[in-house]
Amino acid sequence: MLDINNLHVQINDKEILKGIDLNIKPGEIHVLMGINGSGKSTLVKTISAHYDCVVNDGSIEYNNDDLLRLNATQRANEGIFMSFQNPIEIPGINNMYFLKTALNAKRKHLKEEELNAASFLKLVKSKTNQFNIDDAVLKRNLNEGFSGGEKKRNELLQLLVLEPDLLLLDEIDSGLDIDAIQTVASGINSLLDGKRSVLMITHYERMLELIKPDFVHILEDGKIIKTGDYSLALKLGETGFKGLGE
Amino acid sequence: MKNETIHKVINSEYKLGFETIVNSDTFPAGLDENVIKAISAKKEEPQWLLDYRLKAYKRWLKMSEPKWANLEYEKIDYQNISYFSAPKKAPNSLDEIDPSILQTYEKLGIPLEEQKLLAGIAVDAVFDSVSVKTTFQDELEKLGIIFCSISEAAHKHPKLLKTYLSSVVPAGDNFFACLNSAVFTDGSFVYIPKNVRCPMELSTYFRINALNTGQFERTLIIADEGSYVSYNEGCSAPMRDTSQLHAAVVELVALKDAQIKYSTIQNWYPGDENGKGGILNFVTKRGICKGDNSKISWTQVETGSLLTWKYPSCILKGDNSVGEFYSIALSSLAQQADTGTKMLHLGKNTKSTIISKGISALKGRNSYRGLVRMAKSASNSRNYSQCDSLLIGSDCSAFTFPNQEVKNKSCFVEHEATTSKISDEQLFFLNQRGISEENAISMIVNGFCKEVLQELPMEFAVEAKALLDLSLEGCVG
Repeated sequence: MLDINNLHVQINDKEILKGIDLNIKPGEIHVLMGINGSGKSTLVKTISAHYDCVVNDGSIEYNNDDLLRLNATQRANEGIFMSFQNPIEIPGINNMYFLKTALNAKRKHLKEEELNAASFLKLVKSKTNQFNIDDAVLKRNLNEGFSGGEKKRNELLQLLVLEPDLLLLDEIDSGLDIDAIQTVASGINSLLDGKRSVLMITHYERMLELIKPDFVHILEDGKIIKTGDYSLALKLGETGFKGLGE
Repeated sequence: MKNETIHKVINSEYKLGFETIVNSDTFPAGLDENVIKAISAKKEEPQWLLDYRLKAYKRWLKMSEPKWANLEYEKIDYQNISYFSAPKKAPNSLDEIDPSILQTYEKLGIPLEEQKLLAGIAVDAVFDSVSVKTTFQDELEKLGIIFCSISEAAHKHPKLLKTYLSSVVPAGDNFFACLNSAVFTDGSFVYIPKNVRCPMELSTYFRINALNTGQFERTLIIADEGSYVSYNEGCSAPMRDTSQLHAAVVELVALKDAQIKYSTIQNWYPGDENGKGGILNFVTKRGICKGDNSKISWTQVETGSLLTWKYPSCILKGDNSVGEFYSIALSSLAQQADTGTKMLHLGKNTKSTIISKGISALKGRNSYRGLVRMAKSASNSRNYSQCDSLLIGSDCSAFTFPNQEVKNKSCFVEHEATTSKISDEQLFFLNQRGISEENAISMIVNGFCKEVLQELPMEFAVEAKALLDLSLEGCVG
């Protein structure tokens, strides 16, 4: 599904990623771990075509096509979803209207019929009911005045509505209490049908217990220095990043 | 945001820039007493009206253009403008109207015929200088409502016209109003009798078609005691590489317990990105809440014109009267807008609300200029003002010039102002959710304008949204 080769990326004249190789197959769950500044967020942002990230070398293929020639909107509509560490507030845009516009943009891209207001409302309500999300967020403006937890639950709602193929989750669990983490994890798990793939950044073992990774990658200074399975994350929990040296 | 993207969104074509070839009767450029007499003669006006014009003209000669606005433009040569242009044959019925004019209206999206049947909107269309056709007149007449051109009112309703013309905007009020008083060619006249609620939206569509003509329309709306009217005005013009002058005057009079709602969508040709061509729009709009408990509400969406100089105002004379001003002004390309309002509180317990949304993109310059004056007599009056500016890109600018004069201590005046910028991160967020750059900007701008858009009559609001999108097309980065 995703094939990254020798990826070099700079932000503001500083090289952050220094040759990343990563292959994600359909249905796989990958986790990125590493200290702050090691390049985890940059990798996720580069895959989503964030304006800060300049690719200097290497390639990314998505479904056997060159991903780098697509802009952010096209990548999103091709099924790549990135959850934001700190989702931005956009005043004046109604959350429900935003969700409907986003879903219909994707449906239009895929040459599917756009949903009308009534059938969209039905769809959204089924998601909010299933995952215990307060309907009040639909009437508010996009993330405006939302608490940290509400923003993350709103990210989950977008995920559930848009049903992407590749989920890039940049600390979707940060700032959430244990119950909320559980909700978010069950929402994500409900999407994982063996075809969708995940690339996840997290600092919490709790999240990994709920969404079991197939691969764990340790990033350091813009390179993947170690790759293992779930046990690597467990080991990391005991020894910390420093314990990886030997 | 990158400038190329902004350009991409903004550099859309002006879609109403077509010209209609009609056989028209146009005066040679230039202005003197003879020209004014000729305009008056063309319209077979009564002597008092000609005298009124000539008096205004003499006064105008002694006045000079106001310089205080935050606008830069080349000097206007008033002798290089034609002050009258009309399709050659005066139409008496629909069949006689030049089909190409009717087609023009169709291109503008206002098929008069269909509107008659479907929309229930009475339209008075002003094409260059004469009112081409007024629909629905008969139906309105049954209720005693007068909706006709100013020229017609001069013949059929001279008493009303004489009583109220210039009763709100005196001929010598300002340079442009004075010029208009001397040379105004046509416009709408509305009278709503006592206790009548006008059953439909009244609309006027202005269009400047002929080359080098100015348009000087004059609108007068009188709402008698206990009546209500909602009036819509739309504007467009063909694309020209020279600028055209537009200097209109609108006067509103609301008597006791009457309400007037006046909505404008101004989409004159804005000129190109170097400020070439485009309409120079100098407009005086003022209403008086003359009787107690009366209300005047101005809503404007200003997306066109190279230059906008316009301050729809309310004189709140009656006790408990209410004035409102809701405005969206978008300046893109090389457009400059200096617009706002004056709320002059004279009566007791009067209330006014000002909501102004200024949007600047590319090299646009947007200024809000407002005055809230609480006279000594205006006990317990209140004003709330909110002025928000939104910047798209880094070459545009926004200014706010709020003025307050409070002479009575029991009054309460509030002013809030914000300036924000569409951030790259906001755009990226929406893009990452599959929404294109253009749609993302449009969503943010529409969200920003929401409070004003919801004040517009339904069909007008749809048009305004489409217009905002159009004006922003190509401006994303």
